[in-house]
Amino acid sequence: MNDTVLAGRRATMSVAELREKARFIRTETLRLTKIAGAGHYSSVFSCAELMAALYYDELRIDPTRPKHLARDRFVMGKGHAAIGLYPVLADLGYFAPSELDTFTRLGSPFGDHPDMKKIPGIDFSSGSLGHALSVGVGIALGGRLNGFDYRTWALLGDGELAEGQIWEAAMSASHYGLGKLVAVVDNNQLSIDGFTQDIMSTGPIDERFAAFGWQVHRVDGHDLNAVLKAFRSLDEADPSKPQCILADTVKGKGVARMELSTDWHVGNLVGEDYDAVMNELMEGVI
Amino acid sequence: MSADWQDQSEVFNGTANVGLKDRRSFDGTDTRSIPAFVFGEELADIANEDPRVVVLTADLARSNRANDFAAVHPERFFNLGIAEKNMITVAAGLASTGFVPFAATFASFAALIGCEQLRTDCAYPQLPVRVVGHHSGMSLGFYGTSHHSLEDIGITRSIADLTVVCVTDANHLRAVLRASMDYPGAMYLRLGRGRDPEVYSEVPEIEIGKAISLKDGADLTIIATGSTVHPSLAAARELEAQGINVRVIDMFTVSPLDEGVVLDAAATTGGILTVEEGNITNGLGSGVADVLLENLVLPTRFRKHGVPDEHVPVGPPAGLYAHYRLDTAGIVSVVKEMLNDD
Ligand SMILES: Cc1ncc(C[n+]2csc(CCOP(=O)(O)OP(=O)(O)O)c2C)c(N)n1
Ligand SMILES: [Mg+2]
Repeated sequence: MNDTVLAGRRATMSVAELREKARFIRTETLRLTKIAGAGHYSSVFSCAELMAALYYDELRIDPTRPKHLARDRFVMGKGHAAIGLYPVLADLGYFAPSELDTFTRLGSPFGDHPDMKKIPGIDFSSGSLGHALSVGVGIALGGRLNGFDYRTWALLGDGELAEGQIWEAAMSASHYGLGKLVAVVDNNQLSIDGFTQDIMSTGPIDERFAAFGWQVHRVDGHDLNAVLKAFRSLDEADPSKPQCILADTVKGKGVARMELSTDWHVGNLVGEDYDAVMNELMEGVI
Repeated sequence: MSADWQDQSEVFNGTANVGLKDRRSFDGTDTRSIPAFVFGEELADIANEDPRVVVLTADLARSNRANDFAAVHPERFFNLGIAEKNMITVAAGLASTGFVPFAATFASFAALIGCEQLRTDCAYPQLPVRVVGHHSGMSLGFYGTSHHSLEDIGITRSIADLTVVCVTDANHLRAVLRASMDYPGAMYLRLGRGRDPEVYSEVPEIEIGKAISLKDGADLTIIATGSTVHPSLAAARELEAQGINVRVIDMFTVSPLDEGVVLDAAATTGGILTVEEGNITNGLGSGVADVLLENLVLPTRFRKHGVPDEHVPVGPPAGLYAHYRLDTAGIVSVVKEMLNDD
């Protein structure tokens, strides 16, 4: 437990295998939504590649030691996409996959939003948008004080960037020179009520983060090769600047009826529709 | 675990792919008479005659049906994006120029994120801002603590110059919205999940600050508010069939409380049970207890019923209501416990 950094797991999986994991994240989201009766499909689908790349390649974590002090930390700002994270944690061995069958049932550890007190592998609870980057600043400051070399990752929604607290956090991150803090923005173009650009424009996201003293890396969030490359490039990034991975994505990616649609932020597929979407995911290129 | 507890459809928050146009929820329920769902259209109607109405939301126009208002009065609708504090203070600014703004978001975000804005920018300057917290209590079920508002009654009740109204059902919401137009000062309107069953078959005559007696009885008085009025009334009807006569009061204004009704209930029925979907610390029950003790009118029996001072488990709403005995069966059993507790 004295090591200040955990071993990396980069390139233990091929890109094809990671693509399968992204598909697994999407199909599990379908399955769990069925248990719940309502779920956030499209918010998961936009970040499935990002999650696969993070959890199966990039993050320095050890599922057998979920509280390891030197582990990379991950905070799910857009907590409503936790339904796509739980299956990953189960798959990695944090808990038995069968536990997921209790999803949202009375007394289950697995609610719509992730809970650090109930679920091994969840570093911080979320659900109220706009908090995660501040959490990340705190965790990054703590890591520096404690002499650890871990990275702290926060996954943020593009709509979430409207919260003022995000920019308070962004300001403090560069003020403290938190080079080990990474904001991954799932820029899927929509929030609930419509296109972010129409509801409340949060862009230009790259220029705004840059103006707040961050180094920004823009990437196609569905191109796994590009995502892996962007994550790895952080090793060579300016160590005095917090890092923003601006991932251009499509809300609902992989299911035609959901892509860039405002009707699927919360949904429930039943009967033939469920089967059709499951087939689409199993056969699709994404 | 009963099958009823598995009914996840209750968490429907109006943002789904199903039923947006025909107003049918996942399970086919007709949602036309449901508070959250009449919110936008009623305000649109009021706004046809009253140019002061403006509506704001924070990326939840589908959930609270501010959309229905926006469709009729797009120029008087502002969707501020996911930025609740900004929304509430923008509403205060609008109010200072003569408008009556209705600023709506989930209750947990309206009252907890926006708390200081509500106090300092709305209540203190006595501006006619109506902050509307919908999906209050545990009505977002398995969304968990971040989306539960069990503290909002306690928080808003302790803010001076803020009138706090818990809405009972769709018709009651219509009445409250209309009554609020010329009511002085800031208001916090607490709405349920948008699927609240009907208590008032037509739009009731209301006066803000005056409780409504829904059923008379001599054995005990239930003082309920918001979402708990319906199950309390249903419980009283069930108890009546068993020979127990319970009075039911809809204390829809929780601040200021209708003190006369509280004192009369203690004097004439002896026992008082308060029922609220919220943390019982500093909630409706605490307010009622204050009134009784300060007037030295002591009930023979008294109980604050609601959510104990804890964070609730994850679960579908119906499961949580059963767990905390806030459904009809639960309230029946609480009343019986009180009456047998001699
Ligand atoms: C503080 C706060 N306000 C409102 C909500 C309700 N809400 C949940 S998801 C969402 C939209 C999120 O949009 P975005 O950040 O773009 O995430 P996406 O789902 O598109 O990935 C909203 C408004 C919330 N969870 N927290
Ligand atoms: Mg988005």
